[in-house]
Amino acid sequence: MDKFTVLTGIAAPLPQENIDTDKIIPARFLKTTKRSGLGVHAFDSMRYNADGSENPDFILNQAPYRNSRILITHDNLGCGSSREHAPWALLDFGIRCVIAPSFADIFFNNCFKNGILPIALPREICDELMADSRMGENARITIDLQRQVVVRPDGTEIAFEVDPLRRRLLLEGLDDIGQTLQHEDAIETFEARRRRDEPWMPSITID
Amino acid sequence: MVARTLFDKIWDSHVVERLPDSTAILYIDRHLIHEVTSPQAFEGLRMTGRRLRHPEAMIAVVDHNVPTSDRTLPIEETESRNQIETLERNVAEFGVPYFPLLSERQGIVHVVGPEQGISLPGMTIVCGDSHTSTHGALGALAFGIGTSEVEHVMATQTLLQKPARNMKVAVEGRVGPGVSAKDIMLAIIGRLGTAGGTGYIIEFTGSAIRALDMAGRMTICNMSIEAGARAGLVAPDETTFEYVRGRPFAPKGEAFEQAVAYWKTLVSDEGAHYDKVVELRAEEISPVLTWGTSPETVIPVTGNVPDPADEPDMARRAQMQRMLDYMGLSAGQKIAGTPVDVVFIGSCTNSRIEDLRAAAAIVAGRHVAEGVRAMVVPGSGIVKAQAEQEGLDRIFLDAGFEWREAGCSMCLGMNPDKLTPGQRCASTSNRNFEGRQGPGGRTHLLSPAMAAAAAVTGCLTDVRELI
Ligand code: SF4
Repeated sequence: MDKFTVLTGIAAPLPQENIDTDKIIPARFLKTTKRSGLGVHAFDSMRYNADGSENPDFILNQAPYRNSRILITHDNLGCGSSREHAPWALLDFGIRCVIAPSFADIFFNNCFKNGILPIALPREICDELMADSRMGENARITIDLQRQVVVRPDGTEIAFEVDPLRRRLLLEGLDDIGQTLQHEDAIETFEARRRRDEPWMPSITID
Repeated sequence: MVARTLFDKIWDSHVVERLPDSTAILYIDRHLIHEVTSPQAFEGLRMTGRRLRHPEAMIAVVDHNVPTSDRTLPIEETESRNQIETLERNVAEFGVPYFPLLSERQGIVHVVGPEQGISLPGMTIVCGDSHTSTHGALGALAFGIGTSEVEHVMATQTLLQKPARNMKVAVEGRVGPGVSAKDIMLAIIGRLGTAGGTGYIIEFTGSAIRALDMAGRMTICNMSIEAGARAGLVAPDETTFEYVRGRPFAPKGEAFEQAVAYWKTLVSDEGAHYDKVVELRAEEISPVLTWGTSPETVIPVTGNVPDPADEPDMARRAQMQRMLDYMGLSAGQKIAGTPVDVVFIGSCTNSRIEDLRAAAAIVAGRHVAEGVRAMVVPGSGIVKAQAEQEGLDRIFLDAGFEWREAGCSMCLGMNPDKLTPGQRCASTSNRNFEGRQGPGGRTHLLSPAMAAAAAVTGCLTDVRELI
């Protein structure tokens, strides 16, 4: 997982509530066997017309926003199913940070698990950031995770909260697996004890 | 010592380390994988250069996508074929034990695990599938996980977990004729509601649960998830030990005796604390089924479809009306006598040999009603072979049923077995959400015997009239 320290990039405004996982990535793309490559299908129903052509009115189809790294929305982002295809699609599109007044629980956790930083900020602040993000090429926002601040294009800073463990994992570029493997000694000790106390535990081998 | 529940005991014995918040690194004994939720986890391992920590603690099967018709023919649907071929490449590359499509041991992951003795009492068992709760019937802590967690278990043989709360569901007494484990569980879900178990692990106790065979206990634990619970458990007893004895991957001889000695300690202590207790009387449970598009919409087969007008909560009333419209039913109508188009006997809830015997007992000497498509899909190749040895296939085939190969089949409409819009199905599966068995399909959840009764009469029927 890439480290997340300071992210500066274009922020795209998506002023909608309840953007569900089906909107982020429709169910019909779930028969994939890859976690990468879903970016082209992100926001499929809003991004493309029925004939498959791009919808020029959709923000992510417009010049600077094609390269957005940050997404700003209204309440309850990521509601619906628990599918991890939703953060995978965002990440593959290039989004590393999502900002909203509130998030669906599982989506919020799934973001962290996949290296995306979700930031919850009060509605008024989200609206201000959304106004900033409408400045096209100038819509550059900086997310400084070390200092826990969002830096607006005019240089003013907004502090945000993040779970300390989650913050550390992102800063160090550790996924949950990397973090658990730091406890590998404990796992080995546990396994040794089990081999001793429960010798009957069978292994699965198929000839 | 503090009195502990069965869940507490299994949990405590698997905690590798407690992290500063209440999260624990929990050791996982068995990891079952299938073709739908594993490919991205393998991809993740490949991208990070990680290996499987314990391939010998894993088993792979193909079940969700597989056709249940002639297996020697190529799989037509490209994406399904791709998922299956990807699994086969992955298990070969990473050295995961695998029951291929043409193996007799292939089948639905939650049927195969217990049947092969891969799932055992006292274990922690996970799979990227919510019905992993099934294996709790053995007295194991078994639950479904997401794809990131699948990868996490592959690489570390552990999971980061927060402890759950304990719930006890006690069913005392003896059920009447025609009432099966499925009826008991649907009655429990009807009582708890689909969110009643949220945040809990449910332990099922009481004389009616003790009296069930392992297949029945698996049906019960399988649907714990439909009550919102993370997992379901039944304490292991003689029934469990006899079931496990001699299974291909179960411990043998001396090792088995050692294991049993340990398994016997896996009971909730006298006075152990449960955060919630629910009690049901077995005598009060009749053959039941669902009328709506949520598993909690349970009514007795002798009952009537509820009237939304009687529901004071407006949001609920609207939801009930929407369900009635979707299901093509009217408020207050008698549920028995409603004609069905399809009967599906199968799924990880009800596709074991005991389920097929119960259905065959009703079908024997009768014929599938005119215009009804009825199918039996055994849960595994082993179940299929056993049924054929007992002549159950002849009973079904002679009656006009389809007798198919093992797989998830019409449980989820991800493979060729699907309902068409508007079709009404009497199904032994576990979910009746809109479109679950195919877009526009209408699902009534019920027991194998009730499904058989619907097949031979052509409508939803009280099975007690046929015994
Ligand atoms: S039979 Fe149905 S519920 Fe069971 S594993 Fe297959 S799809 Fe899931």
